[in-house]
Amino acid sequence: MNINDTSPSDRPINIELFKPNLAKRYNLDRIFAFLAWGATTIAVAILAWLLFTILVDGIGTLNWNFIDSFASRKAERAGIKAALAGTLWVMGVVAVFSFPIGVGAGIFLEEFSEDNWFTRLVEINISNLAGVPSIIYGLLGLAAFVRLFGFGRSVLAGGLTLVLLILPVIIVSTREALRTVPDGIRAAGFALGATRWQVIWHHILPAAMPGILTGMILSLSRAIGETAPLLAIGAASFIAFKPNSVLSDFTVLPIQIYDWVGRPKKEFHDLAASGIIVLMSVLLLMNAGAIYLRNRFQQNR
Amino acid sequence: MTVQSPSTPSQSLWRPNRDRSRLIQTIVKCICGAFAAVSIITTLGIVATLLFETITFLQEIPLWQFLTDRKWTPLFASKEFGIFVLVSATVMISIISILVAMPLGLLAAICLSEYASPRMRKILKPVLEVLAGVPTVVYGYFALLTVTPSLQALLEFLTPLLNVFLAVLNALPFIAIESLPELKGFNSLSAGLVLGVMITPLVASLSEDAIYSVPQRLRDGAYALGTTKRETITSVVLPAALSGIVSSLILAISRAVGETMIVTLAAGANPTLGLNPFVPVMTMTAFIVQVTKGDAVHGSIAYQTLFAVGTTLFLITLALNIFSFWFVRRFREKYD
Repeated sequence: MNINDTSPSDRPINIELFKPNLAKRYNLDRIFAFLAWGATTIAVAILAWLLFTILVDGIGTLNWNFIDSFASRKAERAGIKAALAGTLWVMGVVAVFSFPIGVGAGIFLEEFSEDNWFTRLVEINISNLAGVPSIIYGLLGLAAFVRLFGFGRSVLAGGLTLVLLILPVIIVSTREALRTVPDGIRAAGFALGATRWQVIWHHILPAAMPGILTGMILSLSRAIGETAPLLAIGAASFIAFKPNSVLSDFTVLPIQIYDWVGRPKKEFHDLAASGIIVLMSVLLLMNAGAIYLRNRFQQNR
Repeated sequence: MTVQSPSTPSQSLWRPNRDRSRLIQTIVKCICGAFAAVSIITTLGIVATLLFETITFLQEIPLWQFLTDRKWTPLFASKEFGIFVLVSATVMISIISILVAMPLGLLAAICLSEYASPRMRKILKPVLEVLAGVPTVVYGYFALLTVTPSLQALLEFLTPLLNVFLAVLNALPFIAIESLPELKGFNSLSAGLVLGVMITPLVASLSEDAIYSVPQRLRDGAYALGTTKRETITSVVLPAALSGIVSSLILAISRAVGETMIVTLAAGANPTLGLNPFVPVMTMTAFIVQVTKGDAVHGSIAYQTLFAVGTTLFLITLALNIFSFWFVRRFREKYD
């Protein structure tokens, strides 16, 4: 319709068009608000349903025997001793490697780097790697760590695979933590004649450390729950011993759970639920620790 | 007690020794740079391993056969390599999951950003974070052992009603459905539904960021024109946040395509072509797990197939991620 063509007297005006019709519109509003709250309620309800079923299924078989026994073909004697030990070993490897590499890369990108091709390439890579499915990392681990480097299906191969998986997350959270340190600290350090590294080491890192550790804990809690990449490198599911070096075979809690869920017998499903309770409790503790650190950090500043 | 006179300083104490600090700084910078380069090496490693084995695979199985075979039996004596069988299962489950996650996640995002009070927001956001932090193997347990039996019970409960409906449908011309579909123990319906629940927090939090960052003055302008709250949201706020919303949906689809544990546990390991959500299927990720669980001998065709499937999966998710980045860049509304 042409905008200049507005001669009001020519045509009869359709009054209906301009009627606000508020009652109907408010009704639609109410329906929409109801839908929005409904969706949120459904999301919360599903979480409650999930937690409830797992608690009901798993609480019966959750006892000290379950935690202190190795895997067994008899459901009543099976436990998660090997899986817990394996998870601890793998997380040890992940922490030892991912902390220096992730924090170092974060420091490089945030404090040292100039805007050149290398920095840009690294940044593009990090954002791309965050979107790669975890099972692809498993295939990389299978080809590189298990075969090429000859680590076998060991704690070391599994740990390094998970390190590559969570590195982008750690780098991003480290950079965010470094960014929250006020620039005044850097300027003061430089004004006293310190080199950039001296300022970082003595002033910026200590100030950013709670934030970095928070990110580290959250990344580790993601790594603990990962199953697919470890399945892809071929971590065994039936292990009846604790790992005694980084090169021994291992199983972890999620793989043990996966193995039990996949069995036809109901008894093993309940064991899986008990395993999930243990796994989720560990995750909850780690998240609570991260939140505690974050809150203390915010109070100090 | 003697007060040291300022005229007798030990000069070496104050000498800055800049050379040593500079050297240390250079070394540290190089080490940190090398750590940053790990991300580049990872990408190169992924591309190299996938390409290397895939090329060996394609030398034995022509690409045409890989794309057009109608069966997927690489582990049997008579081998057929129709990747489309696996892709169809992945696509079907992803569509089911996004059908769940799109309304649920988007409405939850609108609720959090527009309807919830700041106090409600403070309670609800951590709940969504918990939902996002649940390990996928737990969702797999939920899908296989809780959702599937519940759906089966629901179908049984509704059977009389559905039979009536079916009779009415069959009375119409051109439609002939013999019987109600039976929900198998492994099926893509419950896998897709639970996968949808898994990606809902991702959609919700990314869309919420986009919706929340729409400037208040746009809403005020709409209210001044006499629109109601819903009209403001649907005709002003959502279009303004469109790029962020669409990219969150695409990222969620990409996550669903690459998800492994839920589909492996709940959707089964039965490569069938077709879009029936009631029967067991096999997704790309489920195939990778199936092969790596059995000991795939290095250099065997099964081992190479593993990487060919991995490459397909990698390319699909890469395309989705690039599309999402492009979409944000192309359609982002800039304010200020």
